[in-house]
Amino acid sequence: MTKPLLLTGGRLVDPTQGLDAVGDLLLVDGKVASVGGRIEGPEGAQTMDCKGLVVSPGMIDVHVHLREPGREDVETVATGAHSAVAGGFTAVAAMPNTKPVTDNQATVGFVKRQGEAAGFARVYPYGAISLGQKGETLAEFGEMVAAGAVAVSDDGKPVENSHLMRTALEYAQTFGIPVVEHCEVMALAHGGSMHEGLVSARLGLKGIPGEAEEIDVMRCILLAKLTGGHIHLCHLSTKGSVDLVKWGKDQGVNVTAEVCSHHISLTDAEVEGYNTNAKMNPPLRTQADVEALQQGLKDGTIDLLVTDHAPHHYDEKEREFADAPNGIVGLETALGVNVTWLLEPGILTLSQLVDRMACLPAKVFHLPGGTLKKGSIADVTVFDPARSWTVDPAQFKSKGRNTPYGGRTLRGRALRTIVGGKIVYELDG
Amino acid sequence: MSDAPSVVLNARAVARTISRMADEILELNDGTDNLVLVGIQRRGVQIAERLADVIREREGVDLPRGALDITLYRDDLQTVGPRPVVGKTHLPIALDGRVVVIVDDVLFTGRTIRAALDELADFGRPARIMLAVLVDRGGRELPIQPDVVGKKVEVSPGGRVDVFVPSLDDRDEVVVLGGSGR
Amino acid sequence: MTILGKDLIGLAGLTREQITGILDVAEPLKEISERAIKKVPTLRGMTVVNLFFEASTRTRISFEFAEKRMSADTVNIAATTSSVSKGETLVDTARNLEAMRIDMVVIRHPNSGAARFLAERIESNVINAGDGTHEHPTQGLLDLLTLRDKLGAIEGKRICICGDVLHSRVARSNIWGLKALGAQVAVCGPRSLLPNAIREMGVEVFDRIEAAIEWADALNILRLQLERMQLGYIPSLREYNRVFGVTRARLEKAPRDLLILHPGPMNRGVEIDSDVADGPHSVILHQVTNGVAVRMAVLYLLAGNKASLADVAKGGPS
Repeated sequence: MTKPLLLTGGRLVDPTQGLDAVGDLLLVDGKVASVGGRIEGPEGAQTMDCKGLVVSPGMIDVHVHLREPGREDVETVATGAHSAVAGGFTAVAAMPNTKPVTDNQATVGFVKRQGEAAGFARVYPYGAISLGQKGETLAEFGEMVAAGAVAVSDDGKPVENSHLMRTALEYAQTFGIPVVEHCEVMALAHGGSMHEGLVSARLGLKGIPGEAEEIDVMRCILLAKLTGGHIHLCHLSTKGSVDLVKWGKDQGVNVTAEVCSHHISLTDAEVEGYNTNAKMNPPLRTQADVEALQQGLKDGTIDLLVTDHAPHHYDEKEREFADAPNGIVGLETALGVNVTWLLEPGILTLSQLVDRMACLPAKVFHLPGGTLKKGSIADVTVFDPARSWTVDPAQFKSKGRNTPYGGRTLRGRALRTIVGGKIVYELDG
Repeated sequence: MSDAPSVVLNARAVARTISRMADEILELNDGTDNLVLVGIQRRGVQIAERLADVIREREGVDLPRGALDITLYRDDLQTVGPRPVVGKTHLPIALDGRVVVIVDDVLFTGRTIRAALDELADFGRPARIMLAVLVDRGGRELPIQPDVVGKKVEVSPGGRVDVFVPSLDDRDEVVVLGGSGR
Repeated sequence: MTILGKDLIGLAGLTREQITGILDVAEPLKEISERAIKKVPTLRGMTVVNLFFEASTRTRISFEFAEKRMSADTVNIAATTSSVSKGETLVDTARNLEAMRIDMVVIRHPNSGAARFLAERIESNVINAGDGTHEHPTQGLLDLLTLRDKLGAIEGKRICICGDVLHSRVARSNIWGLKALGAQVAVCGPRSLLPNAIREMGVEVFDRIEAAIEWADALNILRLQLERMQLGYIPSLREYNRVFGVTRARLEKAPRDLLILHPGPMNRGVEIDSDVADGPHSVILHQVTNGVAVRMAVLYLLAGNKASLADVAKGGPS
């Protein structure tokens, strides 16, 4: 039985209640018992002094790759969940492009139980849209949801067949889950390893034009319009995509979108020198795209922030650029990057940042938490947005070290992560 | 011993010396037959030109002249540093059976001449090779001796001898720095 | 001024002085290939490995002649697979070679960035003999030397690169080198074979070969990269020749004596007709001769230069 936990004197930021004030928070039996003002803790309560710190609903990352089952050498559900709480996240949703693919109730259940056994962040499994993510036949959404899946996606790949995507959007409505698409037109992107532009021309690398993403974004929005289904678009990376999502929302389509921390901070210049730690799909693009994505977050066109945490083995990344796999880790740097590039320059207010990292992920994906209202689950992130720290990949809790932020100084760090009223992570020092 | 540079041969002295060197070469070869003057880049080439001028005046014969750049044959290329500039190597005629006079401005350790001998071997087999230098400053590190010497100069180990020629330096003199003078 | 550091990865980032310095060193080396005994002892005792992951006859042979004429010991390794498939990774190949105490590696590889990847991980000097579509610096240099031989200075001259620029490392090296030396650079070819960012590279675009011929002092005609064009960027070779081929008829309309360059091997009757390749404007064979001198110059300038690996990884191309 966890003792009651009283967090005192922190700046409570919860946009779901219009709350942004210094006060106390009491967590009892895994739920929020009382929020705001001065609270007298019950007998035997543990106290945590949060003076000078921000206390928010637990942050949720709905786009991570935990690699288990199949690639336990680069990450497991346990190490990934540990990495999450070290980054301040109380919950993550794990993409199904595992080996074997998470396209059935057995694997969904396995991933869920691995998360529970690890005891760090909550792990919500995704189910695949199609069997084996082959893009041919639908997986059993109902069975997977019953086993714990919160959404379906073929992420890693797009669903190329529009009839299949339409059917998925219709069928998913039975279970009230979003269909989540990795937007890419494979024929345009084929062979590309970075953004198509001046840098790729100079480096002699085949590029991926922004239109490869935008064409699929448009297709998905139109299919969501046709079917009334909920389409959630992964890791947007271009200005054009933001404009299209805005159009879709204006039309009343049930479209939501996410953006990764790296896409609101870095450009294709990062690839100079053939840095494989700057290689991911979709790729880093231009400053104009970065700014459009930041604005999209600000005005709500883009609903939430994610990491697309994608650990890879050192050997795999230690290769010629075109042969290296796509992806970077992100759970432990996300808060720092988001604060440094969005909060500090005033693009988002603190409230908006918490909204995009905690509240909206829960709302869009119908997950528990994302709020500090009385009675909600006691998932809390305690962080210091002013805390300066230098990224040292060797210290990561994740097995992956592939990050472009190594050696950089960021502002913003999680100090305590609380899941179900229990402190699962404390930053020492 | 002085620290200031001292002129050991001024322009007139250089002219007289070259004139005498030309006489010695003709004497050693008993005339101009088969002679080829090969100057070592860069100033050896200028001196070879002047020797050829004197010989043309004296004997009415225009001796064939070549230039040899020994940079690629040096024995000290393994030392790290900016690469020395490579000059032109140009030999106008075949050397087989000829009397080659290697001409250089200053003879010091002898390594430049060793490199020149290696390089000439790649071009043919002269009947005889002679060495004519304007200045011999001693300090040999190899068993190499000149056949014709303009002037012998004593220079302390840290000192230097500079030969200035009109076409490259706008000066015509030989200067010793840190030497014991005449 | 140190002309080159530890490696030659590309011409992008080299200054005008550096490039001119390399050409000036190549100039006196031309004579060595004209001698009866085509050898100088300069690199005696040095081991140079030609590590070719792509089939190549002319470049490899040119390097081999350059190395042997400088008295270096040459080892040829024809590795046919890239690191992804079965076989050793590039890193392991490099480290194994280094353990055998080699001095220099000449590498040709199908992946852009492979030369730099290698240079950052071994202490030996690395010469890029062509990496993917990124750069082929010695080809660029020999093209520049040839242009300089025939046109005098390169500054202000108009050079047009014709053909599949999109997939061409030769084109890129030429563009960087020509711009550094102050030439006006243009490209000519079907739009589907030009990178979108070409104008941002400071290069003019001619859609028709007739316009390029009218404008240029020299044409550098690229080979149509048949093996890279799996996705059909142009409909047919026949059409390419009819629209873009450099033919005698087209050349006759040139307002001045154009020079014709080609890195080889030629697809006769596709990008260049035989009577042009063998005609009076062609300096293609001159390019080949200069190639040996240029490569000798690069070997000479790099030999013995060791930088710390950390510097190479940090700084730009060296």
